[in-house]
Amino acid sequence: MLNSSIGKKLLMALAGLFLCVFLVVHLGINLCLLRDDGGEWFRAAAGFMSSNKIIKVFEVFLFGGLILHIIYGIFIEIKNRISRPISYNKTYASQTSYFSKYMIHTGMIIFAFLGLHLINFYFVKLGWTPAPQGIVAVEDKHDFYNMAINLFQNPVYSFVYIGFMIFLGFHLHHAFQSAFQTLGVNHTKYNTLIKATGTIYSIAIALGFSVIPVYFLFFWGK
Amino acid sequence: MKFKLKIWRQENAQAKGKFVTYELDNVSDDCSFLEMLDQLNETLVDKFDKPVCFDHDCREGICGMCSLYINGRPHGNDSGITTCQLHMRRFKDGDTLVVEPWRAKAFPVIKDLVVDRTAFDKIIQEGGYVSVNTGGIPDANAIPIKKVDSDLAMDAAQCIGCGACVAACKNASAMLFVSAKVSHLALLPQGSLEAKERVDNMVSKMDELGFGYCSNTGACEAECPKEIKISNIARLNREFFVSKLG
Ligand code: FES
Repeated sequence: MLNSSIGKKLLMALAGLFLCVFLVVHLGINLCLLRDDGGEWFRAAAGFMSSNKIIKVFEVFLFGGLILHIIYGIFIEIKNRISRPISYNKTYASQTSYFSKYMIHTGMIIFAFLGLHLINFYFVKLGWTPAPQGIVAVEDKHDFYNMAINLFQNPVYSFVYIGFMIFLGFHLHHAFQSAFQTLGVNHTKYNTLIKATGTIYSIAIALGFSVIPVYFLFFWGK
Repeated sequence: MKFKLKIWRQENAQAKGKFVTYELDNVSDDCSFLEMLDQLNETLVDKFDKPVCFDHDCREGICGMCSLYINGRPHGNDSGITTCQLHMRRFKDGDTLVVEPWRAKAFPVIKDLVVDRTAFDKIIQEGGYVSVNTGGIPDANAIPIKKVDSDLAMDAAQCIGCGACVAACKNASAMLFVSAKVSHLALLPQGSLEAKERVDNMVSKMDELGFGYCSNTGACEAECPKEIKISNIARLNREFFVSKLG
């Protein structure tokens, strides 16, 4: 199964969908930052995520899925480039969904963001990198709430962050419906529903994550 | 009408090709793209130049022999047609037309605009048929088939194997072709008997021949002269999973 093209794509799609679910959970926790409660909800949610045993198991799956998705993505991209050794003089003018042509590019951008994100948070927790400092004092290496404030108070960081979220939205826009097609789910009755859900999902994720830096830049503490 | 033609010329499979530009005048807007190339070739032969080689046979959109990647689109800037059905009135007078062969590792150029599409035949040889003894002509109603299924099977069976899907796909994937061939047999009772081995063998042949991996961009569906739908690709995926599980 896995030495076939379709098998590899199946694995990529499943890993991708799992990451899609993860993004919803992550966004849910991040949105707690918008509550003006001194980080009470956010700390509770983040605390639960980092202490719960079941979540720990999921974390392994998450990193596994992520690495799998990336490795297969790169492998397939290389394979596809080899499949057309001489490219066309005139570039493709066929009607396609726009973002589908740039999945590897948006994927690489998201990967770059992921690096930054891990350095700023996850690696801090592991004690590998220093906590982001700024206008509020960070209590310890688990104090993600104050770290987030410090980062989002920085306009450069915030706008870069929003930029990354827009690319994430582009990636998801094609990814969502493409995963269903790869799984073999394509039915005249449900296609519109899947496509619409994908569009709403990608916009909601990009917008949802972007709202937070905007809040901390312009509205927090005012 | 007058055209500037930028055409890929390549002496043989080993030679390094290049684009050569030709000017062609007095082209009737009623003539097809291939007739326009015939006209160009006449002028070339008159000058003792080598004519441009291109594939064709029926010239009525049924054989799948004609190819040509014209201005960034397989079979040119019209939908649901082959190059032989493309008319020059679809272009503007004075246009520059860039004509290239299909580009894919699995479809090597033989000469000029002619590519070797044997790869498709090899895939068909892996299972694009039924090997049951069909005997004499049975009564039309002897095998009941659902209307929806027969319609879908007939839609898929329209594929003429021209390779436009591979040419259009940014990954040079043959999934639309294979899915059409798998679908039109899998949907019918006669074909369903060998469905499992068929999908398995055809997919592994497709992979082996060096076609790319489908990334669901939909370019194939947009360019297919027979308007084969990518819902067939989803069916191919399903058939493949079932063959692996069962
Ligand atoms: S020549 Fe037969 S389809 Fe064009």
